[in-house]
Amino acid sequence: MRLPPNVKAESFSEALKQFEQAVGKEWVFSSEEDIDLYRDSYTPFWHEEEEPIPSAAVAPSSTEEVQKVVRIANSHKIPLWIISTGKNLGYGGPAPLLGGSIVLDLKRMNRVLEVDERNHCALVEPGVSYFDLYRYIQERGLKVMVDVPDPGWGSVMGNALDRGVGYGPFRDHFDSHCGLEVVLPNGELLRTGMGALPGAKTWQQYKYGYGPSIDGLFCQSSLGVVTKMGFYLYPQPEAFRAGSVTVPKRQDIVPLVDTVNYLVNSGIAQGQFQISNALASPFGPPDLELANLLAKPGGPSTEELERYGAEKNLGYWSTMLKFYGPQDVIDAQWNYAKKKFSSIPGVRFKEEAKYTFPIDPKMVEQIPHLADLGIPNLSIFGIGVRPQRPMSYGHLWFSPIIPATGEAILEVTDVLTKAFRELGVPMPLGSIFPISFFPRTFVLIFGMEVEHNVAKNREMRDKFRKMVKIASEHGWGEYRTPTAFMSDVMDVYSFNNHALRRFHETIKDAVDPNGILAPGKAGIWPKSMRKERA
Amino acid sequence: MRKPMRALLVLGLFTAVASAADELSVERGKQVYQQWCWACHGPGQGKPGTAALGIEYKGSKPAALEERTDLTAPAIRAFVRKGVYFMPSFRKTEVSDRDLADLAAYLTRSNKGSK
Repeated sequence: MRLPPNVKAESFSEALKQFEQAVGKEWVFSSEEDIDLYRDSYTPFWHEEEEPIPSAAVAPSSTEEVQKVVRIANSHKIPLWIISTGKNLGYGGPAPLLGGSIVLDLKRMNRVLEVDERNHCALVEPGVSYFDLYRYIQERGLKVMVDVPDPGWGSVMGNALDRGVGYGPFRDHFDSHCGLEVVLPNGELLRTGMGALPGAKTWQQYKYGYGPSIDGLFCQSSLGVVTKMGFYLYPQPEAFRAGSVTVPKRQDIVPLVDTVNYLVNSGIAQGQFQISNALASPFGPPDLELANLLAKPGGPSTEELERYGAEKNLGYWSTMLKFYGPQDVIDAQWNYAKKKFSSIPGVRFKEEAKYTFPIDPKMVEQIPHLADLGIPNLSIFGIGVRPQRPMSYGHLWFSPIIPATGEAILEVTDVLTKAFRELGVPMPLGSIFPISFFPRTFVLIFGMEVEHNVAKNREMRDKFRKMVKIASEHGWGEYRTPTAFMSDVMDVYSFNNHALRRFHETIKDAVDPNGILAPGKAGIWPKSMRKERA
Repeated sequence: MRKPMRALLVLGLFTAVASAADELSVERGKQVYQQWCWACHGPGQGKPGTAALGIEYKGSKPAALEERTDLTAPAIRAFVRKGVYFMPSFRKTEVSDRDLADLAAYLTRSNKGSK
């Protein structure tokens, strides 16, 4: 029997009995076979003792049951690791950070409590996936659109609480939330914003309520179990269109990014965009001519690459802008955008997509990127399908935040390409593609491969940690990270002798003195575990 | 003659009940498939499971799961509970044991020898 850290067998057995009384015997999992289902399918610790395997899992179906479970865990000082749908693959999946923790599995709490199509907002429980919310809206013909991320089976709430992102007009999902219900470590129930005012009808409309806003304390956090969460939805637009912009020279990235920033920050274009190297896809091999250029001793010159891009009619950089709204308005917005870019010599435009809402279900099969239209799907897993190599066992995402300027992209490309090459990580041309998942910054997303091979995984973990450090030395920090690296990432957010982490620890100790909720989440450890983790 | 007739009637009734139960299981299994499997294993583009199986089988078997006639309940259970390559495992709070049995009934409905 695997035990939670510092918990005796009798206490653990007693806790399991009490959990069974609280949620029903069927929903307490402690057999080896059931516990295996709470291991991370993408763990970087395959076949290693270090793999954080839970001691049990408990799955309540209501807020009241969550309160009971938390109180029981508190009385036995047993750490709980909270998951909503457990599909945060690449960031830890359903597994805890600390081996022996009990997983608090909220998947059974899967009710869409409200969708308001007149004022475009919703209230959901943790187990509601993007597929579930989309289905609820479609079945009722509601005229709202959900801002969806890549894999549609993730939790709407869990995604936002991990500071996840999407492709629609909102992008930043925590930013588009409105109102939380939280079970605190002592089992008490708290509502934030207007939810704190009994009888208020504005919980999902006005975020702040009164007094200091504390919602952010429950994001990437170990201070409570969020059991209800409100979200803004986007009114179903009349139409969508997308157009790409390609520029011919390496230095054109500076006016390209400045212009996109102006358009997106003004609300003229909406949703995320990315800056791509137009010369080569990050996912496939380059053609022979480019491969020969790249293989030249010392690498190709900028002029050679620009000439290659011109001869092949590719350009050097490209981006795609998206527009949501009335047809006339978005046509005018795209025309205005083209005018703004026209000062870049040699700029080219291409109409990429045009759809009207509601989307005809027969059309869905033909749409290349459904997430842009608020349609959840799983197509992202296509990155693991590799005709020339064995299928992927998954990735861990290295994803620092960088400034949204062309100069920064060029600097990052130089620094990270050099660093990755020195670490022996293949860096195909075009594999750095900054994405504007958050306003006014870019996120770089780079997948570090997981293998079922101990030596390779150890090497990969070492490289990941080095990349976190190298990036931080240039002022680039991870926005989110797999559980394996949470302490490493918090370590580099070190201004004024780690004032931020010390502040988090002060709050953690006050709110959760027994340290039962998600120890180590975001690199914040409870007092009782800090010394051994130092 | 009466006894065998009665036995046949009882057997017939049992078969009819069992058949109705099987049909219900297949119907429920279809719903489980649509909720949990279709987005990755359905036909058409943007379905990574189908794309992966297309590469794996090189045309020797259908890539879309619903078109297969050689799947077995134990194999389906193993893939759902253990995962394979980039497909993760699924917990009982997602796909219960009953869901899994129904899913197997649905995905084996066209196997040789089944009704």
